[in-house]
Amino acid sequence: MEHASPLNTFTPDMFMRGFAEAEPGLTRKGAIEESNRCLYCYDAPCIKACPTSINIPSFIKRIATDNLKGSAQTIMDSNPVGASCARVCPTEELCEGACVLNDASAPIQIGLLQRYATDWAINSGVQLFKPGLPNGKRVAVIGGGPAGLSAARELAREGFGVVIYEAKELAGGLDTHGIVSFRLPQSIPLWEVEQIGKLGVEIRTGMKVGVDVSVEELKADYDAIVLAAGMGYVPPLGIEGEKLSGVYDAIGLVETTKTGIPALELTGRRVAVIGAGNTAIDAATCSVRLGAANVKMVYRRTPAEMTAYDFEYEFAKQEGVEFSWLTLPKRIIGDELGNVTALECVQMKLTGERGKDGRPTPVPVEGSEFLMPVEAVVVAIGQKRRVDLIEALGLEHERGVVKIDEATGRTSDPQIYAAGDIVFGSGKGEAMVVSAARQGKAAAYAIMKQLLGMQDSALGSILTYISR
Amino acid sequence: MADLRIDLAGIKSPNPFWLASAPPTNTGYQVQRAFEAGWGGAVWKTLGDPIINTSSRFAAVHFNGQRVAGFNNIELITDRPLEVNLREIYETKKRFPDHAVVASLMVEPKQEKWHEIVKRVEAVGVDGLELNFGCPHGMAERGMGAASGQQPDLVEAQTYWVKEVAATPVIVKLTPNITDITVVARHAVKGGADAISLINTINSLAGVDIHSWNTIPNVGGQGAHGGYCGPAVKPIALSMVAECARDRGVGVPISGIGGISTWQDVVEFMLMGSTGIQVCTAVMHHGFRIVEEMLDGLNNYLDDKGLASVTELTGKSVPKYSNWGDLDLNYKVVARINEENCINCNKCHIACEDASHQCIDMLTNADGKAFLHVREEDCVGCNLCSIVCPADGAIDMVALDSGVAPMTWNQRQKVISGLNSSYSEAEVV
Repeated sequence: MEHASPLNTFTPDMFMRGFAEAEPGLTRKGAIEESNRCLYCYDAPCIKACPTSINIPSFIKRIATDNLKGSAQTIMDSNPVGASCARVCPTEELCEGACVLNDASAPIQIGLLQRYATDWAINSGVQLFKPGLPNGKRVAVIGGGPAGLSAARELAREGFGVVIYEAKELAGGLDTHGIVSFRLPQSIPLWEVEQIGKLGVEIRTGMKVGVDVSVEELKADYDAIVLAAGMGYVPPLGIEGEKLSGVYDAIGLVETTKTGIPALELTGRRVAVIGAGNTAIDAATCSVRLGAANVKMVYRRTPAEMTAYDFEYEFAKQEGVEFSWLTLPKRIIGDELGNVTALECVQMKLTGERGKDGRPTPVPVEGSEFLMPVEAVVVAIGQKRRVDLIEALGLEHERGVVKIDEATGRTSDPQIYAAGDIVFGSGKGEAMVVSAARQGKAAAYAIMKQLLGMQDSALGSILTYISR
Repeated sequence: MADLRIDLAGIKSPNPFWLASAPPTNTGYQVQRAFEAGWGGAVWKTLGDPIINTSSRFAAVHFNGQRVAGFNNIELITDRPLEVNLREIYETKKRFPDHAVVASLMVEPKQEKWHEIVKRVEAVGVDGLELNFGCPHGMAERGMGAASGQQPDLVEAQTYWVKEVAATPVIVKLTPNITDITVVARHAVKGGADAISLINTINSLAGVDIHSWNTIPNVGGQGAHGGYCGPAVKPIALSMVAECARDRGVGVPISGIGGISTWQDVVEFMLMGSTGIQVCTAVMHHGFRIVEEMLDGLNNYLDDKGLASVTELTGKSVPKYSNWGDLDLNYKVVARINEENCINCNKCHIACEDASHQCIDMLTNADGKAFLHVREEDCVGCNLCSIVCPADGAIDMVALDSGVAPMTWNQRQKVISGLNSSYSEAEVV
């Protein structure tokens, strides 16, 4: 009996090891020590740096005093996807970056402490929140990602009847499908989904608005609609060879690794990842862990212009990912069987000119074309906008970015609010999970104000987030 | 390197570091290990009629993730036969003739009992005696330890009986479980004590287990009060040492005890009037080796201060310790925040706002940067902000010239009563 070459075999065991959560959580002792290091600042800068304004000193004090339920409640009260955010937030840029101990000694490991408390809640099975008394109003939420879940959670706690329409079979959005498992295991967002389900929110999965349920139906059946459908897969590069076998969509690639061993052939292959954002890094590190022989990220600009976070870039380097800077893909070349064999690229140089986004414009160096021999190409140059859905809802938009009133999230249709990646456009900060959570909450509060006539005072401090 | 030798009422030791009478001085093996590690002296675990101890004896108070802020025990005096202890004392002294070996003693308050034990322990060559009138638990229920230490006349009488036969210096160890420790100290001196040592442990219950509702520690579900020591008791011990040191009716050398864990603690106890010091909890926590860092730190400190002998420290701060009525009411300090060192945690603001005099404002400068500012005219100089401030050098308490001559409460009352009497005289006329 013939065995496949071990080099080209990707075993379930390799998958388990490669895709298990990479960073270990804190031990109890570690959590106690770290939580006791927190100064418990007054009017703490970490709270202000958190888009969802988690009372960080308070949740940390609760860890220090062995009140993990209270700690998890404090976190999840402000952020319905706080367990996922504990793992995926760019904490260096947010809470930990704002910690007053940055220059004095070392910032508190807020992300890890948040994970410690929320892990406790996940493992204990405790239900942290209760639904509000039914107020007779109904809200439809389109999309069960971080923004939609946050809006639904807040509305359910206030007594709204909420139905989430989720196109995929599992809710959780990118947290469930689009972030590599070794950073965010799928069980975490699914717990958050479950918590929200326990508040009486009905989550109808496999339901595409405009296909399985009509817009007219939604508008007739619900007092308000929250549009939180996010974005789609990666758009085409627009170069030759994109249909070849061995060309992958980065979001789709990550998604296939979330539920089990993907039916991809990357083991022993040379992989080029096109793009340099956080998803590109995810796709690259994913490829490494799927056994790729070599992974190169191909980017037409330089490290200074890349949109991936520094810690992601560092992680990719540690994983052995290589970088081809100032390199523009021109064509994907395949063999007679339609399999990728090479990526034709051209060298770029930065001109003194700057584009609309302020970044220097790269231009090709004449005659610098070269062939990069690869067997797989992963495209990670952003995500498609959901223009069809937006237009089906009859909303004003700008190239697929829904136009909203920034304070309330209200769209051009007064019955419809929008939150999350579907309103994310260039120059509007970063498409972070935690921002989506904030926007989802903001939309929920705006709906409460509109439908219940709730006063600002009853909504409490959330209004400060909305105005921010 | 400074001279670390001390002479406490005639008991000489190579350095001021003695082990207190406690579990670490239970056996010759332990005391000899301690001397090898660098300890200058040891007060042997209290001798007397051997007792029976409970199992489950110690407990500690942990604070904010740090182990052993305070320590509690319900262990009694030695549970080993007197002959065994005496033999080991003899062997230890023979091996370490220059180290101080002091026997701690506790017997019933009877003259013949004291005479007998003093003679027996002096026969094996101890350098001095320490009378345990302080142990607050167990033995006190049998009329010994703190029970006799809380009766000044009994302290005096027992000290007197010991002095009738003792050839070596006698130290009386005082209990803090009393209203005014100087009263007992004076009676000990009246009875002939050559020195006093303080403090013994403080009555304590280390805690209650909030899940089982048992006391901490508990013996088969039942608890009893213990004796408290360790870092948490240091301020209490230091004030009692200081009170005895400044009391003219006491006037004998002091062996300072209570929560000493670092060389800095040693310096403080000596400045406040101790000739030597005793340590237990720090050894319980870390082992005998902790003396190495204490010795080294003390040495470097003395060198830095240009002091040739550790004895130069003794009592230097005592004149600076008096009564509240002698404090200058016209002295004024205010808090000043150094923005370059401030980390903007706002702890000072909320402490002042909620617990003091509402004089620290949270402001924003023209560039939008947050800063904290003290309204000095409203600052009472309480120090709270500088206490809670976690950043080095961010808050200084600065003395201001009040422009007024010093005036203490006592002086003020004297002036007022003078005025009143002249008024009343005038009225009479």
